[in-house]
Amino acid sequence: MIPAPFDYLAPTTVEEALAALAEHGDDAKVVAGGQSLLPVLRMRLNTPEVVVDLGRIDSLRGIREEGDHLVVGAMTTHHEVRTSDLVRTHAAVLAHATDQLADSQIRHRGTLGGALAHADPAGDQGACVLSLGAELEVTGPGGARTVPADQFFLGLFETALGDDEILTAVRIPKHTGWGGHYEKFVRVVHQWPIVAVAASVRLEGGTIAEARVGLTNMGPTYLRARGVEEALVGATPTLDGVREAAERATEGTDPPSDLNGDADYRRHLAGVLTARAVVAAAGG
Amino acid sequence: MARITLTVDGEQVTDDVEPRTLLVHYLREHLGKTGTVIGCDTSNCGACTVHLDGRSVKSCNVLAVQADGHEVTTIEGLARGGELHPVQEAFRECHGLQCGFCTPGMIMQSIDLLAENPSPTEDEVRHGLEGNLCRCTGYHNIVRSVLHAAGGAQ
Repeated sequence: MIPAPFDYLAPTTVEEALAALAEHGDDAKVVAGGQSLLPVLRMRLNTPEVVVDLGRIDSLRGIREEGDHLVVGAMTTHHEVRTSDLVRTHAAVLAHATDQLADSQIRHRGTLGGALAHADPAGDQGACVLSLGAELEVTGPGGARTVPADQFFLGLFETALGDDEILTAVRIPKHTGWGGHYEKFVRVVHQWPIVAVAASVRLEGGTIAEARVGLTNMGPTYLRARGVEEALVGATPTLDGVREAAERATEGTDPPSDLNGDADYRRHLAGVLTARAVVAAAGG
Repeated sequence: MARITLTVDGEQVTDDVEPRTLLVHYLREHLGKTGTVIGCDTSNCGACTVHLDGRSVKSCNVLAVQADGHEVTTIEGLARGGELHPVQEAFRECHGLQCGFCTPGMIMQSIDLLAENPSPTEDEVRHGLEGNLCRCTGYHNIVRSVLHAAGGAQ
């Protein structure tokens, strides 16, 4: 299959890209790395008249520190994220999740911003940035705005991003000294998770002082397991020590049922994987 | 139509293409480089893997216009003066193929893997080839081929 015909624009600045979106409105579709969009275009699930490629906008690439935040440009590739010392040091769970995302070839092209804007509920990075309390930098015709991750992901493939806006960067509060682990349960290794859990923990004196837990594919979008986070405070980071807290991972979830498993099976997985993720994040 | 200029297997080419043209179709149908094959059409199988600016990509998942100004290497650009690339040689030596359909992609991905990690463990080879499917060898000889190539390079 090949995509339906479209016009192609490759702006080199954010301003040019915004102008293209303003001109073409609903008829335009933004492509970042294209690793999710191109299959969609090939299967003709979407037939935009104009494709606006962000791939030639250099200012959207790169990872830098800004005070107590890590700022990842939206067009930074998965490969760059997973091999970044800054990400490993300050957002370990994101590096670990990106290690397990798709396969090597996809990671060379796919981007963090593209994946987050796509908002596939089974995507690996949304639960990481949500649980770390990240903010998304969005630029539109009215200028730039910052959207907290818990207000950015609205539902199935749905975000707060307007048709005339572009996601430019992800601002992640540094979690320096925290352990991070992404526990992904898959049927085929390079596929999307049936359920996955993003856990970050900070230890004090051998017990859990703080925890951040995000869930993948447990609802129409990524979820933060705040009940688990609260219950983990003071827990010993062993499977027995965290089991009761991990059971709260099902609170507020609405997992899908499909060929890989029904909703009850996913709820079961959420508890088991949360316990494993937390213990591994704590270095166990 | 869009005009693109890129380097493919060391030669500069310029063509007018429809923006919807996939890189793999451009390579096969415009340039006749049929060594790069189309396996699954869903970006799963990795048979169409080529190098874009030195890194492996699935050429069914890149538009030809996105490769404008860049450098592409296909399986056809590996041999030098009639000498197979060491990874091609290793696949031959270790019987790393049966029907051969996945082989172009396997070799391109293996070269990328070895460039990043010249002395991989067996486990690292298996993980590095996650994006490439083979339906006949059971992978064992493919993994052996990559390890053999790594040994040969040391």
